[in-house]
Amino acid sequence: MKRNGILFVSLLTICALAFGTRSAAQTGGGTTAIRNARIVTVTGPVIERGTVVISNGKITAVGADAQVPAGARVIDAAGLSVYPGMIDAGTVMGLTEISSVAGSVDTAEIGENNANIHVDVAIRPDSSHVAVTRVNGITTVLTAPRGGLIAGQSALINLDGWVPRDMILKSPLAMHINWPGGFGQGSEFGFEGNRGATSEARRTQEKAVEDLKKILRDARAYGDAKDARARDASLPKQDVDLKLEALIPVVRGTLPVIINANTERDIKSALAFADEMKLKAIIAGGIEAYRVADQLKAKNIPVIVGPVLRMPNREDDPYDAAFANAGLLAKAGVKIAFQTSDSAHSRDLPYNAGMAAAFGLPKDEALKAVTIYPAEIFGVADRLGSIEVGKVANLIVTDGDPLEIVTQIKHVFINGRQVPLTSRHTELYEKYKARP
Amino acid sequence: MKRFNAMIAITLTLAMSLTAFAQTGARNTKRAVEATSAAAQAQPRETLIRNATILTASHGTIKNGSILIRDGKIAAVGTDVKAGDANARVIDATGKFVTPGIIDCHSHTAGEGNINEGTLSVTAMVRIQDIIDPNHPNIYRQLAGGLTTANVLHGSANSIGGQNAVIKLKLGKPVDQWFIKDAPPGIKFALGENPKRSNNQGITPGIPRRYPATRMGVEETIRDAFTRAKDYQREWQEYEAKKGKDKNAIAPRRDLALDALVEILEGKRYIHSHCYVDDEILMLLNLGDEMGFHVQTLQHVLEGYKVANEIAAHHTGGSTFADFWGYKMEAYDAIPYNAALMASRGVVVSVNSDSDERARRLYLEAAKGVKYGGMSEEAALRMVTLNPAIQLGIDKRTGSIDVGKDADLVIFSQHPFSVYTMPETTFIEGEIYFDRQQDMQRREALKHEKEELIKAERQQRLRGPRQQQRDEKPDAMQPTVTEPDNDPEN
Repeated sequence: MKRNGILFVSLLTICALAFGTRSAAQTGGGTTAIRNARIVTVTGPVIERGTVVISNGKITAVGADAQVPAGARVIDAAGLSVYPGMIDAGTVMGLTEISSVAGSVDTAEIGENNANIHVDVAIRPDSSHVAVTRVNGITTVLTAPRGGLIAGQSALINLDGWVPRDMILKSPLAMHINWPGGFGQGSEFGFEGNRGATSEARRTQEKAVEDLKKILRDARAYGDAKDARARDASLPKQDVDLKLEALIPVVRGTLPVIINANTERDIKSALAFADEMKLKAIIAGGIEAYRVADQLKAKNIPVIVGPVLRMPNREDDPYDAAFANAGLLAKAGVKIAFQTSDSAHSRDLPYNAGMAAAFGLPKDEALKAVTIYPAEIFGVADRLGSIEVGKVANLIVTDGDPLEIVTQIKHVFINGRQVPLTSRHTELYEKYKARP
Repeated sequence: MKRFNAMIAITLTLAMSLTAFAQTGARNTKRAVEATSAAAQAQPRETLIRNATILTASHGTIKNGSILIRDGKIAAVGTDVKAGDANARVIDATGKFVTPGIIDCHSHTAGEGNINEGTLSVTAMVRIQDIIDPNHPNIYRQLAGGLTTANVLHGSANSIGGQNAVIKLKLGKPVDQWFIKDAPPGIKFALGENPKRSNNQGITPGIPRRYPATRMGVEETIRDAFTRAKDYQREWQEYEAKKGKDKNAIAPRRDLALDALVEILEGKRYIHSHCYVDDEILMLLNLGDEMGFHVQTLQHVLEGYKVANEIAAHHTGGSTFADFWGYKMEAYDAIPYNAALMASRGVVVSVNSDSDERARRLYLEAAKGVKYGGMSEEAALRMVTLNPAIQLGIDKRTGSIDVGKDADLVIFSQHPFSVYTMPETTFIEGEIYFDRQQDMQRREALKHEKEELIKAERQQRLRGPRQQQRDEKPDAMQPTVTEPDNDPEN
């Protein structure tokens, strides 16, 4: 009898899930009103009790007095809060499933110049990581390739879609460069003062930077030659070089470059490089960015900080150096966003921001750094990052501050579609919870 | 990843011993350690923590409560507690939260060098207690995260690994004072991908293939070891029975590995077994039934939720990650609901770090028990306090805020489950081992001292290598290359 009861409840659950999925799919194109909610718009004041209306994937009304259109599906959010969906500004989402199983990993291409590599062709919409992440309130991620000096082109994606095209908000979003070097990770003096190794590492770095510059100069020349030929067909035709072709918008400053650089020395040398090559640069990783805060501010270069949950870089750093980094950057006026630099653990993005807030970053800045700031850094603030009329309806409804671990996410909307709060993890949970 | 970290650690350690700078670093550490010990010696006999919200982990929350610490023990807890000693140190904790010291049931902290004796798949004779480095910088960093106690385990390369050490992070004290003397001894076992060497063998050059290479082989390796241990145990029993009567009785040859396994069979040594998937968990529990050993804890146990009934029936504990998953095949069915599901079936569950970094924020990892599966606040807090203490057999002395227990305590700025909280003060046996205010105050002095050291080093280098050589202690190794571009500040 008890068994039958459990079976019945399970069936009900399955039906409810199936129904939920179908009806949700329909709301993507329909109208939904979230009423009686505390609305944290991020860019404007908090509306203590109001309504958000979503129609055809966009936010169409926000306010204390916003009217619920006739025929709209209504969600009563009394006691709950609405926030914009969170944005993880650096992941490998959709490119990897199980990091130690080579056959499931497509994050890094071979070779130093992978400028022509673009992630949009390799994103798996059905990766289990997608649902695992979005049910925790992260609706949008930057997914980026990893291999080589020039790793390739990233895409900004929504965590919902049948095919990659449904998910992509912007592609390419940026060219990614892994700053050569990384020496000086352990201490002020390079490899703990081992001078031979330091000098060797420095020479290797300098050579790699020269290689990078040469590639970019070639790209500039290639672009110029291509333009000249377009103007004058009598000029000799040049062979197409896909790598240089991909770098033309980079050297012309129309495609941003996200440079992964962590140590003070590496960040400084990356900034000098960006200046010299006239690039539109963004620093990512930035473990020691706080040591370069003034320079970053002066050059107006944003930093995608993260992961925050890591050890200090140097043995004699304060114990909280990695936690305090973002707060020090913000205090200096540097624009920041957060990244997990991961896929499976992208769902912990809010706790990276939260830890930074525990150690000096103001709470509202921490929230902005997972919503409007990444949207601004990525040039999509007209579409994402806050609750404003006309923006993409990426919204989360919560029972509290989304940066707090104990907060529950009650509803998630991506592109106006209410996505089910299920994932591979909740399915396994339900299955084994029902084990007698 | 672990191998990579270990390699970095080795590289850094090696490099450290090679350079003059490292020595100044070491001197720094020594000085800091001396300062800490001096502070420790000045501890008053009584300390009163007042006006705090006390999360006892055993009997609920006490608002506006006080804790009296006397001689390293908790002397009183409640709302009406006063110091007996007029000179007692009084700490006003208005608006703050106090929890028991955090306990990490799976750590490799302070293990000097490689923590895997990976040449054999049965290495029950090697001991972690022999390689604890009490000066490792991560000790202080973990104290700053409220950690007071750690179960330092051998690595997971072997089906039967080495012996553990249960320590308190008494930074500044001689290392022999770190070991909890009455903690039952333990040993690491490991099942699955790691003892199979599946992520190394044939991939990492120079690593030879080693038996076992399958989960079946792991079972046979453990079965074989206990078969030998039982023979060995019988030989000793026969000898003990004979030796009084028979002058010619010869003692069996001591076997240090089998000694440890016999201790397991006699219930004197705890098995802490690394495991992931349901089949291997059942395998070990069933093998224990057959061979006569008890499994004290299953470590990681990421699929424990699938066989929680069986784990509970064996009175075996589960020590798991809060939400770590997807990093290898056997971690693919890991779900963050694991802890709550196991607990709901009666398993004593702890949440561990397996990482010095995560160990600094175990209080937040515990909060995930509330989020995923709806554990009560106290049940979740127990996962990093009382439950690991039970699993390690040290709950009589630590793990909760109860009279008579060691005064292992943490003062938090806010509720320990809030992401915005910060551990402010960490006590071990009544002594302060971390204090954020002191830490902040010391930063300027340390910065100044470092600048002085760099200046001194720079001057020394300017005097040239020959002069420098004369200045160095005779046992210091000289850098082989001296280049002008090596300014110590670069």
